[in-house]
Amino acid sequence: MNNAQKIGLVVLLALYAILPLFLKNYGIYLMTLLCVYLMAAFGLNLIVGYAGQMSIGQAAFYGIGAYIAGILMVKMGISFWLVLPIAAVACFAIGLALGFPALRVQHHYLAFATLGFNVLVFLVMRNEEQLTGGTFGISNIPRPSLFGWSLDGALPFFYFAFASVIILALVLWWLLRSPWGRAFAALRDNPIRAESTGVNITAYTLLAFAIGAACAGIGGVYLAALVNFIEPGQFHLSVSLMMLLAVIVGGSGRFFGPVLGSVVVILLPEWLRFLQDWYLAIFGFAVIVLMVFLPGGLLSLADRFKARGGAK
Amino acid sequence: MADFLQLIISGTATGAIYALCALGFTLLWQASGTINFAQGEFVMLPAFVMLFFINTAGLPLWLAFLLTCLVAMLLLGYTFKRVIVDPLIRHGVIPMVIATLGLSIGVKQLTKAGVTAQAMPFNSPFPDGLLALGDFKVSYADIGTLLMAGLIVIGLQLFLNRTVTGRAMQAVAQNTDAAKVLGINVQRMVLYVFLINAVLAVVAALLVTPTYLAKFDMGESIGLKAFYAAIIGGFNQTRGALLGGVLVGVLENLTGAYISPAYKEGVALLLFLVVIIFRPEGLLGKAEERKV
Repeated sequence: MNNAQKIGLVVLLALYAILPLFLKNYGIYLMTLLCVYLMAAFGLNLIVGYAGQMSIGQAAFYGIGAYIAGILMVKMGISFWLVLPIAAVACFAIGLALGFPALRVQHHYLAFATLGFNVLVFLVMRNEEQLTGGTFGISNIPRPSLFGWSLDGALPFFYFAFASVIILALVLWWLLRSPWGRAFAALRDNPIRAESTGVNITAYTLLAFAIGAACAGIGGVYLAALVNFIEPGQFHLSVSLMMLLAVIVGGSGRFFGPVLGSVVVILLPEWLRFLQDWYLAIFGFAVIVLMVFLPGGLLSLADRFKARGGAK
Repeated sequence: MADFLQLIISGTATGAIYALCALGFTLLWQASGTINFAQGEFVMLPAFVMLFFINTAGLPLWLAFLLTCLVAMLLLGYTFKRVIVDPLIRHGVIPMVIATLGLSIGVKQLTKAGVTAQAMPFNSPFPDGLLALGDFKVSYADIGTLLMAGLIVIGLQLFLNRTVTGRAMQAVAQNTDAAKVLGINVQRMVLYVFLINAVLAVVAALLVTPTYLAKFDMGESIGLKAFYAAIIGGFNQTRGALLGGVLVGVLENLTGAYISPAYKEGVALLLFLVVIIFRPEGLLGKAEERKV
């Protein structure tokens, strides 16, 4: 990152922080939702963009996080601050348990396993009424307070989620800069060569998958607190597919790819409301065009211009 | 006992429809390395095209079916290959999967926004009623479905194994480079596979829409079942898709009847997960070698 990019980033973040002051509650809600969604999308980018694995089950972990929050906070009265690490650790552990057998074999089997897992989790959420409330879901999920400050209001909760996603992003950034993270680039570009230089492919990929799952779990807890109400439909397979598209459309393997992608799937449809169902129809076909002409995602456009400028 | 047998037979009939979709799915994978996540929408679209020919143009079912086969071969076979698969194949599997996901969403929403969001009734090609043999009853629709799917599968197998073109297609699936060296027109053989997939989807649409009703999102469930079936049976085996389809259909029926309707797809799903984890090449498949 050069200085100009750093300044640009700070300006964008400042704008994002100021904008809600001028918005009504629904606008603030959407901006908060983007922050929450991004937590899961950053995790997915770690799996897809850096470890080079397809995961079609991110919404399952998002949902497990949200349901852990719903069940523990509403039915057992446990504090948000305790629920957060519980959800993260639980998703991490489930990620290990699901990823370990699936990654032993060929790499695209993780995609199939996560897909099946997502359908299974959805079925359990919908049918185990005693635990999950079935199709009625769980309502009245409380928002937390921080050092005695209540975060119930729309604005305080926005700043809380905004700060949280920045912290999460910084942790991931640091992780990817560490020697451990650099092994990923080697892995994704040529797994067999990376293995020959002593990188344990399976261990690295598995860990990336589990960390990505934990991010989604954390996002799920925030989601539960944001909307106060969860039901199975929020974590359907189609949500996972949409999140995967968001990450790839933005530019997988680029740190800010998920940000752009999440804007395209969360905020853009709200601005383009007059398009109704046509928005998704256009989006679907646009994805095909994008894959044909720009398989690296929207953010790779900048590189392409740079490459062209350099060639002159 | 008669109940159990009936469940098995109607499950096999449903499974035969899944098998047709799964068969197209595995053929595409073998011939061109395409994982088609829009396979369910490839069934939904012909259902609406057939309805258009029947309701708007007033054609009889058999003519509507044949015309739809032509439309599907052009649109879901030729155009799909030329516009989406050919330009993407060099980018690898992930962009292809993403593009077919985009196609799936695009086609589904286009139907919802441009045609209708309602479920449309679709008349069965078979007569109503049950064939009773003592205690044992089976519907004509199930018999018809099994016969039709069976004929299609047998015909396809004969074509693939007994004709020069069919054997050339198998050669392409096994080793594209070797097939090219032998003078086989690889692109043409791959195109044939896409055309066959389109026709299989139309047949599946004809058989499944009377029960599912024509709706923009009907492909979600069929696509998913076909996907389970292909993986359970073995991604690189044509016979695997048949076994997988029937297994998914029968298990669904038995689970719905004996365990819980809410978990109807649960057992097939568990089988799917167990197969992925313990026998990833599928029940009938062969393990693929890793290439550097």
